[in-house]
Amino acid sequence: MPANPGAWLTVTARNRAIDRIRRERTLAIKTRQLEALGATVNEPEPEPDTDTVIDDERLELIFTCCHPALALEGQVALTLRALGGLSTEEIARAFLVTEETMKRRLTRAKTKIKQAGIPFQIPDAHLLPDRLDAVLAVVYLIYNEGYSGRVDLAAEAIRLCRLLAQLMPDEPEVHGLLALMLIHHARRHARFAGRELVLLEDQDRSLWDAQEIATGRRTLDRAIALRGRGPYVLQAAIASLQSANPIDWSQVAALYGQLAHTTGSPVVELNRAVALAQAGHTEDALVLVDRLRDELGDYQYLHSTRAELLRRLGRAEEARAAFERALALARSEPERRFLERRISELK
Amino acid sequence: MKYAVLIYAEPDAHEAVGEEGFRSMFQEYMALTEDPRCLANGQLQPVETATTIRVQDGRTLTTDGPFADTKEVLGGYYIIEAANLDEAIEFGSRVPAARIKGGSIEVRPLVDR
Repeated sequence: MPANPGAWLTVTARNRAIDRIRRERTLAIKTRQLEALGATVNEPEPEPDTDTVIDDERLELIFTCCHPALALEGQVALTLRALGGLSTEEIARAFLVTEETMKRRLTRAKTKIKQAGIPFQIPDAHLLPDRLDAVLAVVYLIYNEGYSGRVDLAAEAIRLCRLLAQLMPDEPEVHGLLALMLIHHARRHARFAGRELVLLEDQDRSLWDAQEIATGRRTLDRAIALRGRGPYVLQAAIASLQSANPIDWSQVAALYGQLAHTTGSPVVELNRAVALAQAGHTEDALVLVDRLRDELGDYQYLHSTRAELLRRLGRAEEARAAFERALALARSEPERRFLERRISELK
Repeated sequence: MKYAVLIYAEPDAHEAVGEEGFRSMFQEYMALTEDPRCLANGQLQPVETATTIRVQDGRTLTTDGPFADTKEVLGGYYIIEAANLDEAIEFGSRVPAARIKGGSIEVRPLVDR
């Protein structure tokens, strides 16, 4: 009889669940290898260290925080707070809400976990796919918070996603998200010159991590082989196209069109506008951006995009006003300096 | 933990599926009362039989019905003992009202005393 039967039982139950998931995973891998013999998707990823208790506990925690009985916004906020180590203010900024609102959201989610008895465990295998969407959204948001300079968080998001890919090897969207993050992450050293922000078109490609891009593309191939056509797979395909030389911007705009259709997101439409502009359709891009002004009026990148389009069209006065609007909304220092530079160039 | 599994449906929604479907759903409701997790259960008479009570300034006021604007009404409940919310949700998902049109199940933890 163990000294602490309660704790012993919990650990045993958890280990049993993990063993079962591992067995099923091994079977799934073998089945797939049989099916895909000779296909290019079989190159094994380096195995992340899932065997430590800490990793298992993190997964338990992420699935608890992303329990569907919590409001989606609460799930996302809670995971960022518990696993990403972000401050409430940083989380609020990521979601375009006030700190007070975010505080209430977190409190409400934490209270519900406690009072409604939301379990601290990896869900049963048959529930795993259902729990996946919120988990992936959370991982991607952690990554995005790292994207504007907090590389530690981006690496953390990639690590979490690798673990998820191992736990759920047949879910294309997991591989899609992993591919997306890897390809973006590979360009991280080229995004800044010193402390200044460098746009994709001006980036020094020799600073890109070619190996990481290759890994990202292999991961994308796997997602596509699993018939993935979801939002993360589409975004990874876009990121992959943007890593090619020259970039096929019309193709990128078309993929953004598909993505906008799938997600209905105005931010995706904004990205489509950028791709259209890069493909040479500046006027069309501006029309599209102006259509989004009601929905994204407080979104920094709407104004910076609009400003850039106006600048290219030679409408300097309007461009400067739009850059100033973006500057008023910008939080990151490198982004602020970038916008200030643009404004002074227009004077 | 104890949970109340509250059953909401539009009046006559169960009958609307036809006699055979209704009979088999009734069997399902009864089978759930046999589940070892089920501590208590009850089916309510139709909402037309309801009386609402308010006490104001020491006077008891009774009115007919609640007849709220919502179409869904509380039709019955189970009180269950479950290890956690996942188990309670699993129980709730087996209640027929969860899958009939306009029906839903509300799972709510009881205050622990």
